[in-house]
Amino acid sequence: MEKRTDKNSYTIVFAIIMVLVVGALLAYLASSLKPMISENQRLEKQQNILYAMGVNENEGTSANFVSTVDAPKLFEDKVSEQLVLEVSGGKITSQKTRQEYMDSNNGQEPYLIDIKKQKSNAKNGEPRKLPLFVGKNEEGKTVYVAPIYGKGLWDAIWGYVAVDENMVVQGAYFDHKGETPGLGANIKQRYFMDDFYGEHLLSESGVFKGITVAKGNADPVNNDKTDNEVDAIAGATITGDGVSAMIKSDLKLYKPYFDNLKKQAN
Amino acid sequence: MGLLSKKDAALIKDPLADNNPITIQVLGICSALAITAELEASIVMSISVLFVLGVGNVVISLMRNIIPSKIRIIVQLIVVATLVIIVDLVLKAFAYELSKTLSVFVGLIITNCIIMGRFEAFALGNGPWRSFLDGIGNALGYAVILIIVGFFRELLGSGTLLGIPVLGDPIEKTGLYGFGYENNGFMLLSPMALIVVGIIIWVQRSRNKDLIED
Repeated sequence: MEKRTDKNSYTIVFAIIMVLVVGALLAYLASSLKPMISENQRLEKQQNILYAMGVNENEGTSANFVSTVDAPKLFEDKVSEQLVLEVSGGKITSQKTRQEYMDSNNGQEPYLIDIKKQKSNAKNGEPRKLPLFVGKNEEGKTVYVAPIYGKGLWDAIWGYVAVDENMVVQGAYFDHKGETPGLGANIKQRYFMDDFYGEHLLSESGVFKGITVAKGNADPVNNDKTDNEVDAIAGATITGDGVSAMIKSDLKLYKPYFDNLKKQAN
Repeated sequence: MGLLSKKDAALIKDPLADNNPITIQVLGICSALAITAELEASIVMSISVLFVLGVGNVVISLMRNIIPSKIRIIVQLIVVATLVIIVDLVLKAFAYELSKTLSVFVGLIITNCIIMGRFEAFALGNGPWRSFLDGIGNALGYAVILIIVGFFRELLGSGTLLGIPVLGDPIEKTGLYGFGYENNGFMLLSPMALIVVGIIIWVQRSRNKDLIED
């Protein structure tokens, strides 16, 4: 005799019920936890920007953010201005302050701009909004933090890079969605991120060159800060190339802003 | 009589050695290669698999009489995927830092063959309590191998354990490095994980001849 559970009708009914139950459960969980998750993500962005500015609780060789409790207040204090630029053809076409941006975007803070979305908008020919966070680091120097976004080996990688007015790196933070633990995932280790400190984004003649994560670097301790190179991580070539690529493509867009700064200073 | 009967205790003990999921059943090799470059990642993965396999085995075991045999693999997949997504969401909401470390492993857990293997081979034919023990036992057996491999790969590849330098500083040339020792970068790549697993299998089989197949 055929077992009850072997019948086609039973199989179909079972599948339908299972999908409904699981779907409803996950949808309910996702929507009820969403406010908490997006709040966590908001605080993380503040922590990331502060980290790149040099406001962090690093100890020994491990990278530590300021606590989520302190982050909002520190963010308020340390980040003196959030600019939103629009650049086309190497010229700044629009520059909004935080207040101007919030007024025209339902009160959305510039640091919450979705870089991934801006990047895909730009591909479709729409203008790309470039947030830039200005503040003073611990040494009292004015730094400019720019978000960058790209892809590694498996999934998205992103980061925040702080530069001074000469586009010399003053701090960097990188993160990833799913790089291999122990290899590509090490881009968020301090030994890699700290290596960027003091590196020049421009060549000696002032042309934008970016920073290459280089294999077989002749300068592994990174004494030479003007070679536009940092040492790569063994076994993480593609993730490293992704980091080089996102620095090149995204930070280049900010160059007109720094050119303007220089003109104004002279 | 102890806490567990002899038969139940065997469910926990066997997978640790003579019926180890990685070295004997050759399941879960893919993740054993992928994430053992660091000891910490091995431990995190082991704990995640322990949870998913323990709970998953119970869920499948409770459903074993109503699962239609024609779509049982799909049902098993849905159970694993649901469990993993629930864990991921809850961590994201309440332990955000931890969830960032774990998110990498989520995909790896769903595709981990040990989990499907135990659902199919054990939970579908046994009660919830025995299935739970079997899940825990196999996850521990998996953990043992992962941690051994992670230990050697991190020690020989990076000269650190859990991120702490134990052999001295390779750049300053202190400790062992002062005597001309070098980290073996090859240990960081997956092929060496396979060789380490191979050595474990060799050691295990030379100690217990019954495990050698003809």
